[in-house]
Amino acid sequence: MIEVKNISKSFDGQQVLTDISTVFEKGKTNLIIGQSGSGKTVLMKCCIGLFDVDSGKVVFEGLNFSALSERKKRETRKEMGVLFQGGALFDSYTVEENVMFPLNMFTKMSFEEKLDRVNDVLKRVNLDNANRKFPAELSGGMIKRVAIARAIAMNPKYLFCDEPNSGLDPKTAELIDALISELTQEYNMTTVINTHDMNSVLQIGQNIVFINKGRLWWEGNNKEILKTDNPELNEFVFATELTRRIKR
Amino acid sequence: MGLLQTIGDYVLLMIQTFRRPDKGKVFRKQLFIDFQHLGFDSIGIVAFISLFVGAIIAMQMAYNIDSPLVPLYLIGYTTKQMMILEISPTIMSLILAGKVGSSIASEIGTMRVTEQIDALKVMGINPANYLILPKITAAVIYNPILVIFSIGIGLFGGWVAVSITGITSPVDFVVGLQSWPAPFDIAYAMIKTVVFAFIIASVSGYKGYTVKGGSVEVGRASTKAVVTSSILIIVFDLLLTQMLLT
Repeated sequence: MIEVKNISKSFDGQQVLTDISTVFEKGKTNLIIGQSGSGKTVLMKCCIGLFDVDSGKVVFEGLNFSALSERKKRETRKEMGVLFQGGALFDSYTVEENVMFPLNMFTKMSFEEKLDRVNDVLKRVNLDNANRKFPAELSGGMIKRVAIARAIAMNPKYLFCDEPNSGLDPKTAELIDALISELTQEYNMTTVINTHDMNSVLQIGQNIVFINKGRLWWEGNNKEILKTDNPELNEFVFATELTRRIKR
Repeated sequence: MGLLQTIGDYVLLMIQTFRRPDKGKVFRKQLFIDFQHLGFDSIGIVAFISLFVGAIIAMQMAYNIDSPLVPLYLIGYTTKQMMILEISPTIMSLILAGKVGSSIASEIGTMRVTEQIDALKVMGINPANYLILPKITAAVIYNPILVIFSIGIGLFGGWVAVSITGITSPVDFVVGLQSWPAPFDIAYAMIKTVVFAFIIASVSGYKGYTVKGGSVEVGRASTKAVVTSSILIIVFDLLLTQMLLT
């Protein structure tokens, strides 16, 4: 479980997040939604410590992460898996080397053990025959899957995904959503997904946090969101004719 | 950004860089990769330039010595002194600042804008230590080897030039090379080279690490890395010469 308590963040005097408090629950897919520029990426980066908060704190299982020194934060980060928007795979490494990287850095496993683990997680994300490929040889969907495999290689307690569906076709996006959702149950992780993809919201949104103008505007789940009367949320979620038809 | 803030940021980055590596085996692997990229891959350009510069210096010396009272072996001696004291350590370092510095800045800068550095950080790795320390270590170890190689090739180039053109006899040239040996000159060249190597790798690493934006900024950082390294090399050349030779 991750508790976000009264977080505020500004850049060069411009307030981006104001007094945000929420809880990301364990074993659930927690979605942060909001328009582009609403502050959801900043909120996620505050959670993983890439940005220092101006005030408030992020608490991981009772541990005040925001107050830790950079060295101690590193220890907590070893329990996190992060899927970046572009995948952030290391260009000069093969798929196998990318997934093996955290194992090389933080375990004393033998090469065979590491290879077994790599093959396990690659199989889990349906990428059995891509070990020797470089990131430049992969499609967008494959890059995301490799990045997910790397993120879960160390059996993380927390999984953060920054717009996992951006740039993907609807079918692949659905597969990625399903994969993240399954892995969340399987590993009993606290998964936080930053998205503005409405399919994701409706399909895997077990806990949804709507950020608007840097403030927490609404919280609920994918069933409640269909019935909400919050005007800003309705305007955001049901912006297209298709989603308005679903609501009807 | 003010100069003081830049210097402060650079010092803070170096403090992060000079930490014990997270895993020695991974550091050694990265170091050998950087030996290959930053050192071994530079041998060709260093050899080519040194050979021709050594030949040109020998020919220019011969052109300038028109008095019969000046012994011709001075051509060899002067070529040797120029190669050891200035051409190999300084000019080769300026060339390496262009080749190696831009490579470091663009590699690390690209990693920054594609969130690879953030990925390292959230894995619990110290990115500055992981990315920059092997490059500085490789440059500081390999550049002196390149400079010694450059001196040797340059002197050989001078010998080839006098042999082909007949401006003096190859024997006189070799006598000049053997005259007034000064081991401290070699030490001076090595000290300069190590300092310049540190400047090239650390400044380029800093420029790449602090990139903000996209691919255009990576290109700009690469250019800035070369320009800043070159300026610092010239400034430190003057300072070290003042400290060590006068």
